Amino acid sequence: MKKISAVNDFVVKFANVNGSGSASANEMFARSILRMGVPVSPRNIFPSNIQGLPTWYEIRVTEKGYLGRRGGCDMMVAMNPQTWDSDVKEIEPGGYLFYDSTRPIPRSKFRDDIHVIGMPLTQITNETYTDVRQRTLFKNIICVGGLSALFDMDVQEIERLIGEQYRGKEALLKPNIQALHLGRDYALANLDCPGMGLKVRRADNVGDRIFLEGNNAAALGAVYGGATVCAWYPITPSSSVAEAFQKHCSKFRVDPETGKNRYAIVQAEDELASIGMVIGAGWNGARAFTATSGPGISLMTEFIGLAYFAEIPATIVNVQRGGPSTGMPTRTQQADLLSCAYASNGDTKHPLLFPEDPRECFEFVAEALDLADRLQTPIFVMTDLDIGMNQRLCRPLTWDDSRTYDRGKVMTAAELEAGRDFGRYLDVDGDGIPFRTYPGTHPKRGAFFTRGTTKDRYARYSEEGPVYVDNMERLERKWETAKDLVPRPVVRRAPRAAKFGVIYFGSTSPAMDEALDALDAQGKPIDAMRVRGFPFHASVMEFVDSHEQVFVVEQNRDGQLRSMLINEGNLDSARVIPVLHYDGTPITARFIIAAIADRMARSNVTPIKKVAQ
Amino acid sequence: MTYLAKPKLHHPTLAKNKRGFTRRDYEGPVSTLCAGCGHDSISAAIIQAAFNLDIEPHRVAKLSGIGCSSKTPTYFLGQSHGFNTVHGRMPSVLTGANLANRDLIYMGVSGDGDSASIGLGQFAHAMRRGVNMVYIVMNNGVYGLTKGQFSATADKGSKAKKGAINNDSPVDMVGLALQLGATFVARSFSGDKAQLVPLIEAAIAHQGAAFIDVVSPCVAFNNHPGSTKSYDYVREHNEAVNRIDFMPHREEITTEYEPGTVQEVVQHDGSVLRLRKLHTDYDPNNRIAAMNFLQEHQARGEVVTGLLYVDPDPEDLHIYANTVPVPLNALGERELCPRAAALEKINASLR
Repeated sequence: MKKISAVNDFVVKFANVNGSGSASANEMFARSILRMGVPVSPRNIFPSNIQGLPTWYEIRVTEKGYLGRRGGCDMMVAMNPQTWDSDVKEIEPGGYLFYDSTRPIPRSKFRDDIHVIGMPLTQITNETYTDVRQRTLFKNIICVGGLSALFDMDVQEIERLIGEQYRGKEALLKPNIQALHLGRDYALANLDCPGMGLKVRRADNVGDRIFLEGNNAAALGAVYGGATVCAWYPITPSSSVAEAFQKHCSKFRVDPETGKNRYAIVQAEDELASIGMVIGAGWNGARAFTATSGPGISLMTEFIGLAYFAEIPATIVNVQRGGPSTGMPTRTQQADLLSCAYASNGDTKHPLLFPEDPRECFEFVAEALDLADRLQTPIFVMTDLDIGMNQRLCRPLTWDDSRTYDRGKVMTAAELEAGRDFGRYLDVDGDGIPFRTYPGTHPKRGAFFTRGTTKDRYARYSEEGPVYVDNMERLERKWETAKDLVPRPVVRRAPRAAKFGVIYFGSTSPAMDEALDALDAQGKPIDAMRVRGFPFHASVMEFVDSHEQVFVVEQNRDGQLRSMLINEGNLDSARVIPVLHYDGTPITARFIIAAIADRMARSNVTPIKKVAQ
Repeated sequence: MTYLAKPKLHHPTLAKNKRGFTRRDYEGPVSTLCAGCGHDSISAAIIQAAFNLDIEPHRVAKLSGIGCSSKTPTYFLGQSHGFNTVHGRMPSVLTGANLANRDLIYMGVSGDGDSASIGLGQFAHAMRRGVNMVYIVMNNGVYGLTKGQFSATADKGSKAKKGAINNDSPVDMVGLALQLGATFVARSFSGDKAQLVPLIEAAIAHQGAAFIDVVSPCVAFNNHPGSTKSYDYVREHNEAVNRIDFMPHREEITTEYEPGTVQEVVQHDGSVLRLRKLHTDYDPNNRIAAMNFLQEHQARGEVVTGLLYVDPDPEDLHIYANTVPVPLNALGERELCPRAAALEKINASLR
């Protein structure tokens, strides 16, 4: 029988029951591989449920550091009888099934082309522990112990991790270490550990990288970027942004002398109220943000139009999930581009930032707070579930202490007192951005009326055609200004001249890095551009113009970024080829390679729309 | 023409308040509402209250939603920043503004269409949260700007101008405010300035969620026989529980009153509400009794007005959020940014 053998390059997947306490043990397993210097990329696959339904935790072990989802499964740790059949089916031929062999399972429930490793986890646990709670917790650790023997992992790294986790809680530390060794010793004595072909070997490929979730990083970005008001409404997969903001603020934003908070967080009654509060706070000169997902954006749309037209700063973190409507709440997509870019009635458009990983979530949220003040308009940070709710290896977060917050054009009391002309919607220097005043600035000057109706340069209500057009044209100039202010695209040139290009963004990044390496290796050169902001910088259209054809890879059905490129750049649609992956799972390099290689091999062009394997 | 400006020339004999402002300094441009609209009387009462309280106009932020009532902030406090938000959403915008700068006075102006229908949720949650504001509903029972449809506060059986009868039960915003935890609840009538002005003054001084429902007849669409929001109806059915004198600081009682007819409420800021009781058994410090009294009298078709409930020592959203005394919008990098060294520690914990 075929046997998969691999060192530091395989996928192991844990099938669990939601709420069974497996998450922390699984994370410990992933983290201990990281501590051995081998990059891992874990993904939670979970239902919209709190307890009882199946969940999976998929770990890609990748010495080369390819952090995208690979697809396929080399070892299944099958701990959920409910999903047994489909879990067993998913294993690659020659792969491994690790299961709890306490109760006999009929032979028909296995496969002939996989290697079965049974370990009586429940029996070992029940023989050792009597307390029900302990049994649940330690069974997971015993399992990790068994796997550590099979994968030949450095047990000291796991012990160290347990030590860090239970520092100061000696009562918990020792039993955890004992449980770990209980499992490990059983496996070493009773299982064919050397015969299991997947191994972890110490390497030096992690470096100083950190391992965190995008939502946590986004919240830190809001703290560093100076947000003082957060208004939000719980929605998967964004809720942990506000929760992490609360956690970080309680550490960094409490006045040490008085114990008073330098922040305010409101869990609003709905998304309408949360964006309303953000706009109220932004109008009044505080940096404010909300975090939500697609359905929340739908609800916020009216207010986003107001903030566009009345020119009020707002920062919106959209952790995208599968749409439309309630869609797939716990699956990932990049399908809110159009609903955010052109949110609200009338001629509206809004800057979007596309982070590729948690580090950019941190950077772009801080950046968005600056841009919102500079451009006096809503700014969207378009992350997604794949980045937001999974721990991802990325470069350490950095902050330049000499950096100051860009509060944009705000006229001060002194300037007003000196008689400087103030027109709230007056373009004084050609960039389309007018000055504003904070309420309460000056007793006699600088007050104005903010409204969603049309107005003249001095904020006076007017429905006169020329006055309206004058204002709309200024907003268009502001849009032009924004093109040079949002993060620039990043280009990766093929080793030799390429007639094809590929454009991608956001969480597609790790899969694309891997795909580009593979295409290079196959002798199929392609230039790549990662778009990081909307409106598109001039170099985006230049990139398209300098290639015969450009693939646009995205995780939605309708090719939303492609539509925006065609719309904003007046592109010939035949030259931009959609490559679309939208089944709710993260896009894979395998999918991209197959799609692009196939297209490059053929001359005719039809849209590629198929679901990943 | 964008709007009608008033002449800038001020008569030299115009009285000035302690801050040196005349009443004209609290006005805005000329109203574009219908002649005789109750809302203009409320605007005038707001102007008078702000003048009486010696408020610096620029220290007030006035916010509104959409509708006739929500247009009025243009017509008062022209030196204040104003924000005409979207329909029914004034409370959330005001809440955010209040969080950003706790030092300003927040006046939220809305109507029955704006607050009792689309905005009912936001009204409710602003009251629950204890946002420090004056929330005035100019209540005429009708949609004026769209020409006379019933609003959600129209009484059951009330007759529209073209004869339709309202079959839906009314939303009682005063009852809701009481139930939801507003710490100052009043009702008045746009035609009773003597009652309304001191109520607004007291509400501004109140450091919590203050709600005033002002019945304000719509002369164009709801001032006919059969309407329960007409001038005539409200005058005939007005059941005032008290008249109020607002004093920024306690003053000697110089007038003779019948024993048991005067009650003083000292608010947290030292201001005093001297209530001349018209119902001697009415206690404006008892929330539950107030709700019962209102329900009983409203069932008889009476419009109960006056200061209905006040908590003299209220708490507000900033107390709950435990925010610093400095406005959040005045904090900069020094106070807000944890710096690079802290980030290094965070990085170290994530390996």
